[in-house]
Amino acid sequence: MVDSKRITMAHGSGGSATKKLLQDLFHRYFQNDVLDKMEDSAVLDMPSGKIAYTTDSFVVSPIFFRGGNIGKLSVCGTLNDLLVMGAEPKFLTAGFIIEEGMDLKDLEEIVKSMAFEARENGVKIVAGDTKVIEGHGGIYINTSGIGVINQKPFHASNVKPGDAVILSGALGNHHACILSHRMNIENSIASDCAYLGEMVQNLIKAGIDIKTMRDVTRGGLATVLNEIADSSHTTINLTEENIPVDPEVKSFCGILGLDPLYMANEGKLVCFVAGDDAERALNIIRNSKYGEKAAIIAKVSERENVPVTVTTRIGGKRILNMLQGEGLPRIC
Amino acid sequence: MISLEEIKRFLLEYSGPEIKLMEVCGTHTASIVKNGIRSLLSKKIKLVSGPGCPVCVTGANYIDAAVKFAISKDYTVLSFGDLLKVPGSEISLSEAKALGGSVEIIYSPMDAAVKALNNPEKNFVLVAVGFETTIPAYALLLDRLVEQKISKVKLLTSLKSIGPALDWLCKNEPDIDGFIAPGHVASVTGVSVYEELAGKYRKPFVVAGFEAEHVLVAIYDLVLQISKGRAEVHNLYRSVVSDRGNEKAREIMERFFEPSPAFWRGIGVIERSGYSIRKDFMDYNIEIPLKVESIKDKGKGCRCGEVIIGRIEPHECKLFGKACTPTNPIGPCMVSQEGTCGIYYNMSE
Repeated sequence: MVDSKRITMAHGSGGSATKKLLQDLFHRYFQNDVLDKMEDSAVLDMPSGKIAYTTDSFVVSPIFFRGGNIGKLSVCGTLNDLLVMGAEPKFLTAGFIIEEGMDLKDLEEIVKSMAFEARENGVKIVAGDTKVIEGHGGIYINTSGIGVINQKPFHASNVKPGDAVILSGALGNHHACILSHRMNIENSIASDCAYLGEMVQNLIKAGIDIKTMRDVTRGGLATVLNEIADSSHTTINLTEENIPVDPEVKSFCGILGLDPLYMANEGKLVCFVAGDDAERALNIIRNSKYGEKAAIIAKVSERENVPVTVTTRIGGKRILNMLQGEGLPRIC
Repeated sequence: MISLEEIKRFLLEYSGPEIKLMEVCGTHTASIVKNGIRSLLSKKIKLVSGPGCPVCVTGANYIDAAVKFAISKDYTVLSFGDLLKVPGSEISLSEAKALGGSVEIIYSPMDAAVKALNNPEKNFVLVAVGFETTIPAYALLLDRLVEQKISKVKLLTSLKSIGPALDWLCKNEPDIDGFIAPGHVASVTGVSVYEELAGKYRKPFVVAGFEAEHVLVAIYDLVLQISKGRAEVHNLYRSVVSDRGNEKAREIMERFFEPSPAFWRGIGVIERSGYSIRKDFMDYNIEIPLKVESIKDKGKGCRCGEVIIGRIEPHECKLFGKACTPTNPIGPCMVSQEGTCGIYYNMSE
């Protein structure tokens, strides 16, 4: 469908090359009644009541990896950010900064992924932008998203002693996958990049008393739990042996000296529910897409000296801090 | 045969004379903290950390030399990740990189050969830090550099041997009753170095692995031995460590490296406690003068030197957790993943 092989500065000039790119690529795949109007802004019908509004930028390298690509990531990531606020995602925008030299077939692949994820989940991409800069064929994507909140919004301050913490699946896969690609390490670890809408919709429909939830991205589970414990002025007591980690990811981490508790995920959420609802919520998540390995990993208690403690596999007790600096692989 | 539960009960309920044990290797320190081992021990069993963190015992002038190369525009410095944030007397390699210096992270010494082949116009300096665990890997790199006639990689070495440091500790810190001996070092050296020390100073050494169970059993073994006045070497890590060690690894080490004096932060210079590249391979060496630094860390109140030899615990340093944190480290102990202070920070209250 697209003629020339690579992105050039002309594609970003606003002239005919730009128009052709928009027509043949972006509008072709993203098409919907709003975008098709091709105006300077999208005009949307919004419900009264609360909306959730978020943005995120995606700079991952490599842009293609086992389990996804930067496009899929940019849609799922923003949709998940809306989801965990208790919002139903409705609209996205997509801004692209493309380095000249990028292969148009790759760009098409990325755009197709984004269109697929949006359509699958009933979301319209209603506005976009494309810039071309000098470079070596890379791409950076920003997405922003609007979702509609139909029930009491989730807030960390809702979390109370007695609540249970459920993790929707195994930790570290995305981070390990990206590192494996970068370091040319052969394995079958795939990114867990996914939109978790079904799982959350099922919980809401079942009337589970959800206090708050977060997706477990950069900084890892340890960082998320510390933030929530501080916001709610509680202590979260984690049980180490309940935390799911795939064996291949565990080995990978062991070799490089990484800790799954601090690794980024792109298809995992942590959900705080009333203690009495814990088992029921766990079953619902386990029977939802992407939730097969879910587990109850922690209990919330009155605030002790520290935000997060861990009961270790051997029965010891220690404190879990948030990520300090970046996780660096070690010497020996 | 005793069960793990019985061992845990014994250690928690121990009420005999106070015992001070040193775990030498940074990975043991990490395991002890990660597994919450201290919370399973009686207050009468004190664990202190030793100088088994190659990053922590490296002097500031070594980092200064690496920084100088990075900024010089003539070299690209290759380093393991956890060395990047160790402060020199002015800045770290990470800061040098932010200032435009040429620094790249490697995951294995062999990466240096690959980079040199892929970038024949560049000159590389490899920041070669480590104990016997890692030295054979550097030797293998040198072997490859020689074989493939790669001339543009030079090693800036700060390689150390743990035995002489343990000897110094036994002599100068006599209140240490026993040692959890480094497991991975022993996989290369074997246990003879510990046997000499055990015989000379009448202290027990237990070679242990890194899982929680390994560490608990090692502590149990040491407490029993000390209670009975024994000073034996027990190898409890036979899945990885043979008593004779790895002869092939030692052979290749000895081909390229020879013992030399080395500076240990917190201790000073110990004769024959380091390894330098042999004269025949000097082309692969880049030198910094062996400056004798004052044993006290320069100003700023840093007490890494005392932490490294187990004389104080991290929280006894006024800077710990306040001026000195993993994101703003003053001394190397707070930076490295093997560094006592950095590890303890994750169990700070």
